[in-house]
Amino acid sequence: MYRYDNFDHRLVAERVAQYRDQVRRRLSGELKEDEFRVLRLHNGVYMQIHAYMMRLAAPYGLLSATQMRMFAHIARKYDRGYGHFTTRQNIQFNWLKLQDTPDILADLATVEAHAIQTSGSCIRSITSDEFAGVAHDEIIDPRPYAELLRQWSTFHPEFAFLPRKFKISITGATEDRAAIEVNDIGLQVVQDAQGEVGFRVLVGGGLGRTPVIGTEINAFVPWQHILTYVESIVRVYNEFGRRDNLYKARIKILVKAIGIDEFRRQVEEEWSLNKDGNSTVTKAELDRLAAGFTAPAYAALPQQDAMVLALQQSNKAFANWVKRSVKPHKVAGYSAVVLSLKQSGFAPGDATAEQMDAAAELAERYSFGELRISHTQNLVLADVKQADLPALWEAAKANGFATPNIGLLTDIICCPGGDFCTLANARSITLARAVDERFDDIDYLQDIGEIDLNISGCVNACAHHHVGHIGILGVDKQGEEWYQVSLGGSKGSPANVGKIIGRSFSFAQIPAVVERLLQVYVRERYEDERFIDTVRRIGIEPFVEYVYATPVAEDEKLLTPDYDLIKKGAPYDTPYYSPRF
Amino acid sequence: MLIKNNEIVTDEWSVLRLHEGETADRVIVPGGKVIVPLPVWNCQYEALQGRTELGLWLAGFERAEDIPDDVRRFPVIAVDFHKFSDGRGYTLAYRLRKQMGYQGELRAMGDILCDQLFYLKRVGFDTFTLRADKDPHAALAGFADFSLSYQASVDTDAPLFRRVTRGETL
Ligand code: SF4
Repeated sequence: MYRYDNFDHRLVAERVAQYRDQVRRRLSGELKEDEFRVLRLHNGVYMQIHAYMMRLAAPYGLLSATQMRMFAHIARKYDRGYGHFTTRQNIQFNWLKLQDTPDILADLATVEAHAIQTSGSCIRSITSDEFAGVAHDEIIDPRPYAELLRQWSTFHPEFAFLPRKFKISITGATEDRAAIEVNDIGLQVVQDAQGEVGFRVLVGGGLGRTPVIGTEINAFVPWQHILTYVESIVRVYNEFGRRDNLYKARIKILVKAIGIDEFRRQVEEEWSLNKDGNSTVTKAELDRLAAGFTAPAYAALPQQDAMVLALQQSNKAFANWVKRSVKPHKVAGYSAVVLSLKQSGFAPGDATAEQMDAAAELAERYSFGELRISHTQNLVLADVKQADLPALWEAAKANGFATPNIGLLTDIICCPGGDFCTLANARSITLARAVDERFDDIDYLQDIGEIDLNISGCVNACAHHHVGHIGILGVDKQGEEWYQVSLGGSKGSPANVGKIIGRSFSFAQIPAVVERLLQVYVRERYEDERFIDTVRRIGIEPFVEYVYATPVAEDEKLLTPDYDLIKKGAPYDTPYYSPRF
Repeated sequence: MLIKNNEIVTDEWSVLRLHEGETADRVIVPGGKVIVPLPVWNCQYEALQGRTELGLWLAGFERAEDIPDDVRRFPVIAVDFHKFSDGRGYTLAYRLRKQMGYQGELRAMGDILCDQLFYLKRVGFDTFTLRADKDPHAALAGFADFSLSYQASVDTDAPLFRRVTRGETL
């Protein structure tokens, strides 16, 4: 992966010093909270229900075993022994003291990591394909460009106070695993007829209160011009994006308001002024960045490992795990392996310090010392020898990573919700656990097959419920928590926004509602048809009809305050307290 | 008090702001070095165009196309940040410097905190009046928050990769 040079090191060190002084001024009262707020947000620090939360960057989801160990260290030393991996391929710690946060940044700096621009109205930490560099369907490795953009956007002096947050995502593969259509800017690396590399640029996608699928603004921007082109987009947005209404401040609203053609015209006009200038990317710089992402020393191996194939025949549990967690790799004899963070009884995306250490160890032993965080809140070892799969499976089982549910119903994408987040209308984690508890039969889950279930605790849509095949959103009705269900969303290839199926449900009804949706699917599906394909083929009507045909009973257990799952939403030894529930 | 060249100096200019009941066409522009708001300049252009010691101030929301073509005639242009979190003034400064050829004094005023000074300087501001409740002496440190930058802006026309040899580690 990319390693810091002296300049990167210096800049991050100076950031730590700057932030340390800001915290000092805040604690002494020199800075008021409304002044400090923006400064802490630029370092990923939020004030949550119980404590300060900090979101640390894993740029484009890539990290080293050393960095993962540092996360474990932070979890132990400053937090309560665990952390939460997010849909933006970062990690959050929930139980911090403000006075510790500068030390956390200092610790991170020792392993070439930081929390820069993981929050706030600025260009956020960039996301990408978790299989970048190894995906079988990859055209060009997007990571050098992601790093190029990371550096360009870091402390960009003009764009630190944009109307609203600004998210960029980049993919280099045929299948879009980076959800580029629902980012403020989505970049797809492409080649033109001459083999020149460039970007198809989408703009104005985004979720939140008003979900919008991005629109193509340029079919091909040559790679040399990507910085000036992106800069032109952000400049137009900074100048004309709405600032009078927080809910209308994202770039998608601007693009909708003036239309993509007018927006494109303005961007082109801006671009004509800086294109070909000094910010044009040089071959030397691209080569330098790309050198950080060269292929590791792969061994020459046969395409398939006979011993592994035999074990799949003889051991059903292993076969199930392989089927779900092992992904194709472009190099013969290698696989990418997903470590599930969706273990029954735990909060989706959470890992304990021990698990982080174990993941680091597995990365060193089996995957050249690197890991990725997926936007589905799991971990990925990208370069595993197939012959190592049985041993890795055993180790994964021992550490709670081997739940064979990747891509299945219980691989739930879930935000922190009411257990932690001040904005929540609903208890996402608790609900995810309730759904997980209801559908614990792996054969049934395998039969249902691939399905994305996303649960967001409020319209901010941190769990991307709009693009879940089934999306669940916590809504507030006169102070009560209700859950709105949508159907048919999809995060990519192609992305689309799900449709709300009708009136909302209570917490205790949701598992049964999900079950009814699945029953319709089982009734209607063609052989081997995925859930989303059935929904696309028959539309949402048959589902709506069936779900609302008779009253949906509430699950009694979930109405019992003493029931363990209800008592302790996020399953940790924490004082469970929320002003809302 | 004005921050200029890393020092605290006395501000020779006064800033004309419209108060309740005053209008841009009627307000009396005092003599001496005065910085007037854009609407006053537009309304009283005839009377003001002969004055050489006249500055112009722009609200952050003012758009480049509304700014007079002859910006170079003003010895000082100020951008007023009504809220430090409104970042339009940064792009405005960039346009004045990079696209409109303005080379005179460019001043940031209004809701300015020391934590913004580094960014403000990079986009071309060279003088600063902080919020009244902030100590300008303490704020000077803000310029030195960072000793380098990745990207080009007004202060440096080249991104880091064109300025230095990258890739060296200790
Ligand atoms: S979706 Fe809402 S409740 Fe969930 S983490 Fe985001 S802001 Fe909080």
